[in-house]
Amino acid sequence: MPPAEPIVPPPPDRVARAAGTSARLTRATADPPWARALIIAAALIFLALFLVIPLAAVFVAAFAQGVGVYLAAVTNPEARSAIRLTLMTAAIAVPLNMVFGLAAAWAITRFDFRGKNLLTTLIDLPFAVSPVIAGMLYVLLFGAQGLLGRSLADRNIRIIFAVPGIVLATIFVTLPFVARELIPVMEASGTEEEQAAITLGATGWQTFWRVTLPKVKWGLLYGVIICNARAMGEFGAVSVVSGHIRGLTDTMPLYIEILYNDYDFAAAFAVASLLTSLALVTLLAKRFLGRRITDAPRVAAEGPGVDRRAA
Amino acid sequence: MSLKRRRILPGFGLTMGYTLAYLSLVALIPLSTLALSASGIGWARFWHVVLTPRVIAAFRLTIGTAIAAALINSGFGLLVAWTLARYEFPGKGVADALVDLPFALPTSVAGITLTSLYAANGFVGRWLAPLGIKVAFTPLGIIVALTFIGMPFVVRTVEPVLQDLELEIEEAAATLGATRFQTFRRVIGPAILPALITGFALAFARALGEYGSVVFIAGNLPMRTEVVSLLIMSKLEQFDYAGATAIALVMLVMSFIMLFLINLLQRWSTARHAPG
Repeated sequence: MPPAEPIVPPPPDRVARAAGTSARLTRATADPPWARALIIAAALIFLALFLVIPLAAVFVAAFAQGVGVYLAAVTNPEARSAIRLTLMTAAIAVPLNMVFGLAAAWAITRFDFRGKNLLTTLIDLPFAVSPVIAGMLYVLLFGAQGLLGRSLADRNIRIIFAVPGIVLATIFVTLPFVARELIPVMEASGTEEEQAAITLGATGWQTFWRVTLPKVKWGLLYGVIICNARAMGEFGAVSVVSGHIRGLTDTMPLYIEILYNDYDFAAAFAVASLLTSLALVTLLAKRFLGRRITDAPRVAAEGPGVDRRAA
Repeated sequence: MSLKRRRILPGFGLTMGYTLAYLSLVALIPLSTLALSASGIGWARFWHVVLTPRVIAAFRLTIGTAIAAALINSGFGLLVAWTLARYEFPGKGVADALVDLPFALPTSVAGITLTSLYAANGFVGRWLAPLGIKVAFTPLGIIVALTFIGMPFVVRTVEPVLQDLELEIEEAAATLGATRFQTFRRVIGPAILPALITGFALAFARALGEYGSVVFIAGNLPMRTEVVSLLIMSKLEQFDYAGATAIALVMLVMSFIMLFLINLLQRWSTARHAPG
């Protein structure tokens, strides 16, 4: 039997080389510096080309003809009426979808029932429908040639090419937002506290207002903010049902299209800059609220929560 | 029975009833209207509308540009996700926040901005024009717009997977003698592939139905730069509801197939991603 190999310590110079010049020491999982530089550069050039430059371009074009033109563009009566209609539409659509989101999230996360997966898929359905088709659904239903067109016309009710159609189309395209954000947050927050509250004699409403709502408020707020961003910015669906009656059925995104097609670029970008500012506020809110949402329930819920935030 | 166990909390009837009623009223009944209207057209008329050269050209353009944009987003989205998950650099927080801009920015704003940037006299277009590259009002412009609106999907599906990937696995690969490239191809690659494909599918599905950002930059020439959603819109403007319905039905079926595939992909992705 050959003698066992003695354990030979590594040659001293190699130890010194490894330990001494620590600058040379890299982790096995670190990429080579040239690869790292190349990847970061490519990623940042891509982001600059598609995000930073367009973002800057909106404001540059908005103020291209001076502050006076900008202010005139966003305060003239047509612009004011577009802003008013956009705010009104969001003020109707967002609360309705918020209540829906709360109800859906409560039903889905607090109870077991058959067809739960089907229901969550159905809630996501409006995301899969092209905005133009979403608007078209309401034209087929309420338009002059639509299924209910004749009976609506008899009662002198206008939905298509009028404000109700705009509101309906906006509700459709923004339907999933609050529910989608709230379901994972409510799932992760668990039901123990609610059960305790019920056991201690609280009513269902008291439990909802005092226990559940405070737990999920940041998730709810986040859902409301992105629902609002889409409600104010929706273009395709609203474009189909609006009829583009200037000063009457033009929301801000539609008004931008009209100005742009009239070659009134400074005014188009001035109105666009308002919506862009809204988008930036939405992104800020996402960053601020995202941190609160992911911190709080993760700690509360033991074990890995399903993170749908990313999708 | 598991049903009884969780029925301690009240409100099932109320919330479930409200959810179903609202969902039906807002989404399901209008959607079934489309099926009803389509059934009134009849098969012969349906195929007559759908198989015209203009409609076929629109579908070919839409699918082609959507695939191209989703591929660009897969490549660069992976780079961006990798950069955000693995590297530290100044301005990282801003870059991270900006990735979601296409979700937050109204599509008409994106449309007019990209058009003015990529027009022959625009900030970006003027550098491309001397090279003979025309972007605005060509299929290339449609790809630019679709790349913009689809960008967050790949980044936001791949990034969390990269973040959760345990470094120990890569260290083990390195210890076993793998080069960094081999580790990426054999260890990291398979782990992120489901998320990457999911991101591709989400970007593609979104691009299929996109309207707002495309309408300005596309030029909208029938047979050449007219995507399906534009074609539906122009049929509607001509009050050709039967034609619009037939095309929309094909589009809707495609979207629902994508939704189904994405659901399958996400299940696959979480199964692969789950520990153990």
